[in-house]
Amino acid sequence: MTDTTAADAKLATPRRRRRRRSATARSLPLVTLSVGFVVLWVIAAAFPFLWTAWGSFKVEADFFSRQDWMNAITGVQTIRQTGDAFTGDGYQGAWVEQDFWRAVINTGIVTFFVVVISLTFGTLGGYALARSGYRYTFWILIAALIFRAMPHVTLVSGYLLPFFQLGIWGYLATTIIVLVAINQPFTLWMLHSFFLSIPKDLDESAMVDGCTRFQAFRLAVIPVMWPGVITTGLFSFLLAYNDFTVTSMLLTAENQTMVPAINSFLGSTQAEGKVMYAVAAVVSAIAPLFVLVMFFQRQIVSGLTAGAVKG
Amino acid sequence: MPHRTFSLFILPSLLAMILFVALPIGSVVYQSLFIEHEQVMVEVENCGPFGCTIERRVDAEAMRELREAQPAGRFNGIGTYLNAGHLAVDRIGEIWERTDDWGTFLDQVMNLPLYKALIFTLSYTFIVTPFVIILGFFIALGVNALPGLIKGPVIFFSLLPMIVTPLIGSLVLYWMIDSRGIIGSALQTLVGDPTLSLKASPTLTWVTLFVYGIWHSAPFAFVVFYAGLQGVPKDTMESAMVDGASRWERVRFVTIPYLMPLATFIALMQLMDNFRVFEPIVGFSAEANATSLSYLIYSDLRSADSPLFASAAATSVLTTLGVIILLMPVLVRTWRDFNRKA
Amino acid sequence: MNKTLLSTTAALIGLAGAAAAQCTIEGEGSVRILANDFQALHAVVARAAECASDTVEVTTNETTEHKDIQVAALSTDPAAYTVAVVANGSLVPLLNEGLTRPLDDLVEQYGQNLQESQLIRIDGQIMAIAFMANSQMLHYRADILEENGIAVPTTYEELIEASAALREAGVMETPLYASFKPGWDLGEEFINMYMGSGQPFFEPGSAVPAINNEAGIAALEMMKQMTEYMGPDMMTYNSNEAQPYWENEEVAFMTGWGSRTAAFIDENGATPEIAAETEVVAMPGWGGNGIPATTLWWDGFAMAKNISDEDAAVSFQAMMYALSPELVADPETAALAAWLVNGYEPQPAAAGVIANMQAGAAPYPMTPYMGLLHTALGDNLAEFLQGQESAEEALEDVVAAYTTAATEAGFIQ
Repeated sequence: MTDTTAADAKLATPRRRRRRRSATARSLPLVTLSVGFVVLWVIAAAFPFLWTAWGSFKVEADFFSRQDWMNAITGVQTIRQTGDAFTGDGYQGAWVEQDFWRAVINTGIVTFFVVVISLTFGTLGGYALARSGYRYTFWILIAALIFRAMPHVTLVSGYLLPFFQLGIWGYLATTIIVLVAINQPFTLWMLHSFFLSIPKDLDESAMVDGCTRFQAFRLAVIPVMWPGVITTGLFSFLLAYNDFTVTSMLLTAENQTMVPAINSFLGSTQAEGKVMYAVAAVVSAIAPLFVLVMFFQRQIVSGLTAGAVKG
Repeated sequence: MPHRTFSLFILPSLLAMILFVALPIGSVVYQSLFIEHEQVMVEVENCGPFGCTIERRVDAEAMRELREAQPAGRFNGIGTYLNAGHLAVDRIGEIWERTDDWGTFLDQVMNLPLYKALIFTLSYTFIVTPFVIILGFFIALGVNALPGLIKGPVIFFSLLPMIVTPLIGSLVLYWMIDSRGIIGSALQTLVGDPTLSLKASPTLTWVTLFVYGIWHSAPFAFVVFYAGLQGVPKDTMESAMVDGASRWERVRFVTIPYLMPLATFIALMQLMDNFRVFEPIVGFSAEANATSLSYLIYSDLRSADSPLFASAAATSVLTTLGVIILLMPVLVRTWRDFNRKA
Repeated sequence: MNKTLLSTTAALIGLAGAAAAQCTIEGEGSVRILANDFQALHAVVARAAECASDTVEVTTNETTEHKDIQVAALSTDPAAYTVAVVANGSLVPLLNEGLTRPLDDLVEQYGQNLQESQLIRIDGQIMAIAFMANSQMLHYRADILEENGIAVPTTYEELIEASAALREAGVMETPLYASFKPGWDLGEEFINMYMGSGQPFFEPGSAVPAINNEAGIAALEMMKQMTEYMGPDMMTYNSNEAQPYWENEEVAFMTGWGSRTAAFIDENGATPEIAAETEVVAMPGWGGNGIPATTLWWDGFAMAKNISDEDAAVSFQAMMYALSPELVADPETAALAAWLVNGYEPQPAAAGVIANMQAGAAPYPMTPYMGLLHTALGDNLAEFLQGQESAEEALEDVVAAYTTAATEAGFIQ
C-alpha cells in the first residue's frame, strides 16, 4: 500500500514519490502480528517442499520410512546403502536413465504456448467483454462458467475417438489447443474483471483522437494491462504446468510432459515404481520456477505503481 | 462497442471454447440419454497358460451391426439420471417404504452412492472456500506490508502449495501425516494420544482433506488479492488516514470494498473447483471415507476395463447443474453489476 | 487342464539355451507398439525396437494410461498401433469391440519359439500371445514363524490362528497386511477370496451376479476377520505401501503380487536381514475347499485388426524377436517377472505363481462384465470392513451398483 521497495523506487513516477512521503509509521504490535502470521504461513507452505527437497537426496527406505521419521533427516539407510548421507541416485535415475529432460522440454513448449495463446485470446476477448454493453456479453460469460464446470476427465474421454480419427492424437499442438480451450473460461473471466477496472475514458479518448478500436486497445490499453495479464498468465502457466488429466491421455510417451512422466515413476498395483525418481524430478522441476516467480513478482509489484490505472 | 468489432475480438476465444468445450459438452449431454445396445453373447472356450475355461463373450460382429443401425445406443431418456447409481428415485422410494423415522431414512439415503458423494462434496466446498478466501486475504495483507527485498522469496514460497504437482505433494504429505511420519507423530505428542491416526477415522480423514484443500488453494486467493492490493486507490487511502482512520478501519472501509469484486471472482472459481474435488481423495487414499462427484465420474470412466460413458455423462451433467445452483447468488450479482454497467 | 498345467510348468522351468541372433525381419512395414509402462514390459518393448531398419519402422508408446486409450487407438483405420500389450483383464474390451485379429497364420509362420501354453485361444482362434504370469501369493517371515513354533499357514483359518498366536505372544500387534484400499485393490481382494470358495460369480448363462449367497457372506466374514489383525490404517493399505510396513517388522504375513516379490527378498535392499527371512508360498484356501484364494493373471500382446497384412507380419516378427529366449538369458531381465517365455529358468520370485497354479488356482475370468462387478465390489465393501454395515447389506449394495452398471452396458435387461 504505502510502503515502497528498492525496486519500486527505481520505477516509481514522481507522483508515487510524493505519496511515499505521506506514509505514516505503523504500530509495532501490528507489525509483529502481521510478520508473525506471514512467517507461520510461509513455514506451512514451504515446509513440505523443503522436506521433499531434503529427502530427494536420500534413499526410499529413509524418506518413506515407518521405523522413524528421523531417518529421513539422518539418512540411516542412505549411509548404509550408498556409504554417504546424501545420494544423487534419484536425480541420476530420473535425468540420465529415464530421460526426464525430454519431459522438461515438452513441458516448456506446452506451458509457453498455452500461456501465450491463452493470454492473446483472453486479452482480446476479455477486453471486448468488458467494453461491450450488449446483453449477450453477459450470456457469453455465463456460458464460459458452465463450460468451466464440466469435469475435465469427462471432456477428455470424449476427445479420444475423434482425435484418433483425425490423426491429431499424441501431438503437443493438440494438447496445447485443448489446454487453451479448457482454460479459456477462467482467462476470460479474470481478464474481463481486470479490464473493467481500467477506466473507459482511457481508450475512448484515444478513439476520439481518431484511433480505431484495435489501435486504441493496442496504444492505450495494452500498456496498462500488464499486472492483470501477468497474474492471469501465472494461473495459465500453473494450469498447463500441473495438468495431468489432459496431458496423460492425449500425449504419447515421447511427447509426455513432466507430470505424467512423474506419475509413471510412481508404479502401479502390480508393478513397482521408482518413487525417488519422482521425488527428485519434482524437486528439480521447481527450481526454474523459483527464478520465474522471482522475476514476475517484480512485474506484479511494480506494474501497477505506474499510476495510470487509477488515473 | 459495435457487434462487428466485438465479434472480431471475441472470435478466437469463442472458437476454441466451442470446438473443444461446447461441442464435447453437447455430446456428453446427448450421450447421457442413451445406454448400450443389448449385448449379443456367445459361449466360447478360452484357453491360456492356466488351462481352459468356458466363458461368455460379446459377439462383436452382431454388435457392430446393431451399432451401425443406431450408433448412440438405445434411447433411455433420463433413465440413467434416475437409476440407482445416480438420483436413485426407486431406491429412495423403497427406503421410504421400509423405514419409520427420518433418522434411519436419511441414514440409508446417505448410503446411496450419489448422495454419499454429494454430502462430502458439499461439506468440502462450503468449508474450504471461505477459509481459502479469508486466509488468502490475510496472507496478501501480510506480504504486502513486508519490505521489498524479502517479498520475492516469500511470494515464491507462498505459491509452493499450488506449484508442486498434487501427485507428489499429496504423496509426501500422506507420508508426513502417517502415524509414524513427522506430522503424524507430532500430532500424537501434541494431543497426547499415541494411537492417533489421521487415516483411520472418517472424521479425521475429512478434516485432513479439508486442511489440505485450504492449504493447496490459499495461494490462489493470495495472488489475486495481492495483485488487487496494488491497485487500491491511494487517494482514498490517504484521505482515510487524514480522517484519522485506524489501520483496521482502513482495511475494513477502503481495502475490503475495493477488493470485493476480486473476492467474488475467487469465490466463483473456488466454489467451482472445490465442487469438483478429486485429487486429494486419491492422493490421500481416502476412498473408504470420502467420495466426491468427480470421484464417481472417474470411477465410471477409468476403473472398469470398459468405461461407462452414459453413467459418467449423467454424473457430469448433474455436477454441472450443481455448480450452476451453487453459483446462482454470484450470477445474480453479476447480472446486477452488468445491468448497472450497461 | 492337467496337460496345459504341465506344459506351463515346463515353460516356467525352461528348456532351451539361447543362441545370439540379430533381429532379421522379412518384408517391410511399420511396427507400432502400445504398452503399459513398467520395467518388465520395457525389456520386451526395447528388444522389439531393436528391429528398426531401413525397411521396418518401429515406434513405441509406453504409458500407464494404455488401458484408457487402446480402444480408441485401435478402432481407427488404419489403427494407430499394430501391437497392443494387454493383460487378461484389458484384452476383454478389445475383444468386445472386435478390434484384434486372429494370429493363427502368423504363429504358424513365425512362432517357432512359442510354446503351446503361451497361446491364448478364444473359441479355437489364437487371439493373443502371453509372455508373463502373475498372481498374489502369501509372503511370510520364516524366522518369526519358527521362533514361535507356527507352521506355514495353508488356509486362511490357519492364517488367522497364526496371527492371533503372534499377537498373544506379544510378538506383533498387527501381523497381517493385505491391500484393502477401496477401488481396484479391495475389489481384487474380494474376488480372490471368493475364488477360494470355487463358486461362480454369475448365474450360469447370464450376467446376473451370484455372489449374494452364503459363499459371498463367508468370504466377506473371512476378510473381516483379517481386519482384526491388520493395523488401524488398513483401509489405505495397498501394494505401494506394503514395503515400509514389512521393513519395519510390523507384519509377518502379507498377501502380495508376485511381480513385486523381488523387492521383498532383495538382500541388497534396505533390510537384508528381513529379506533373507522372507519366503513365499501359494495363497491359502479357506472353508475346506483347498483352492488357493487368488486369481491368476497373464500379460501378453494382441494385434490390431485394422492394419495391413504387411504391418501385421513385421510387427509379429518383431514381437517374436523380442520374446525369444535371449530375452530371459539376461539374469536381470529374468528376475523381473515370472516369464512364460521359452528358455526361462524360474527365479524365487516366480515360485508363488507356480505354487498357485499347481494348487489349482483359476485365472481371472475374462467374462466381459467381470470388470463391472470388480468396480462395484471395490466401491461398496469399505463400510462393511469398517463395521458400519452388515455383510448382507454390503453385498446388496454391490449387487445394486453392479446391476445398474450392467444394465447400462447392455448385459442385463
